[in-house]
Amino acid sequence: MNFEDVKNGVVEVLRKAHTELPEDVLKALKKAYEDEENEIAKKNLEAILRNVEAAKKLNVPMCQDTGIPVFFVEIGRELKLDFDIKEAIAEGVRVATKEIPLRPNAVHPLTRENSNDNTGMNIPPVDVTLTEGDKLKITVLPKGAGSENLSVLKMMLPTEVKKIERFIIETVAAAGGKPCPPIIVAVGIGGTFDLAAKLAKKALLRNILQMTNFELEILEKINSLGIGPMGMGGKTTALAVLTNFAHCHTASLPVAINIQCWANRRAEIVLR
Amino acid sequence: MELKTPLKVEEILKLKVGDEVYITGTLYTARDEAHMRMIEYWEHGKELPFKIDYSVIYHCGPVVEKNRVLSAGPTTSARMNKLAPHLLKKVQCIAFIGKGGMSGEVREAMKGKAVYLAFTGGAGALAAERIKSVKKVYWEDLGMPEAVWEFEVEKFGPCIVGIDAHGNDLYSEVEKKVNARLRELL
Repeated sequence: MNFEDVKNGVVEVLRKAHTELPEDVLKALKKAYEDEENEIAKKNLEAILRNVEAAKKLNVPMCQDTGIPVFFVEIGRELKLDFDIKEAIAEGVRVATKEIPLRPNAVHPLTRENSNDNTGMNIPPVDVTLTEGDKLKITVLPKGAGSENLSVLKMMLPTEVKKIERFIIETVAAAGGKPCPPIIVAVGIGGTFDLAAKLAKKALLRNILQMTNFELEILEKINSLGIGPMGMGGKTTALAVLTNFAHCHTASLPVAINIQCWANRRAEIVLR
Repeated sequence: MELKTPLKVEEILKLKVGDEVYITGTLYTARDEAHMRMIEYWEHGKELPFKIDYSVIYHCGPVVEKNRVLSAGPTTSARMNKLAPHLLKKVQCIAFIGKGGMSGEVREAMKGKAVYLAFTGGAGALAAERIKSVKKVYWEDLGMPEAVWEFEVEKFGPCIVGIDAHGNDLYSEVEKKVNARLRELL
């Protein structure tokens, strides 16, 4: 396996993520369309479904906010990689930005100057995990800013365990229509300040149709709020609540809520 | 109904929250940076290179390849809450297209002359299908998402009136119900 293989794999996985919505997300959106009774909610969901079809047919990004591509890489321990894998991924992003093409979104945080290739200081983010075997798995989650901007991290008190649910519901209510509902609410509970956010982000990689009872109960309450698709009313505010846990310090309770728009784009590729 | 640019005040005043609208004519995209630059121009007494009065401002940062628009859904309009009132002072009539709604301050400034239209967020491919051509791009130094793109559109929509020119606001109505339900839940 060499630099080129990884670079090409990244272009392929980005193309798939932007033009084809994962099956589970599409299923959840179709069900929401069938269940909705609010006329405006139905119109918004219909536009979303037609849009997903159009993107696939025309091979263009389903949403113009092609996001910041967040990468999760699993490296088999038996693999020998004698090149800079993060640079290979960055190069794949540069090529994909031109070829797919993607909107150049990465700017300097202070001068706001656009790098024009979706890479820059510490961007794209690459999370690396070592696993068994001799394969390399690259997963990409292009994350749009509309929903990312409504995400919140709170260092709660250890005595506030019962208030976690309230924090989640209040965060969704405050976000209203801004993050492009129906949203996916990813929650990292525990760990440290940084780990809580990472746990939340990683929860977005899960199949959204498989939820625990804890998650389903919160989802039901969120959907009783009536925010609806695009904040214009209806019973589909969220498609899923996905949690991810870690042990934490006895003196703390970090809770991170990463809000994701309906376009929960993700794709993976396995290289040998 | 169909709206054509340049807009007519009497047509804008007829629109009510919940109405379905399609637009034919010209759209100008403008996000945070373009708004900031417009305000800077006015502060220095300079003329804008494009005419926003009686026009449609689209809160959008498109994906454009050469001269073809590939994906162009709306961005979150609330980011322009503090900036839009400056634009509204400068015009007799205007329409905004965006997503997620805008603040009470914007709603007040819109009365009698402006309408806010919602296009489904994230529906970038669908929106691009209705954009016939890129007529021009202004302030390209701001980067692809933040530049002002002049699009020629035909029956761009469906857009739904989210805030009308009479102070009716679908988002704030929904928000009131959401807050009432939130109090019940917690």
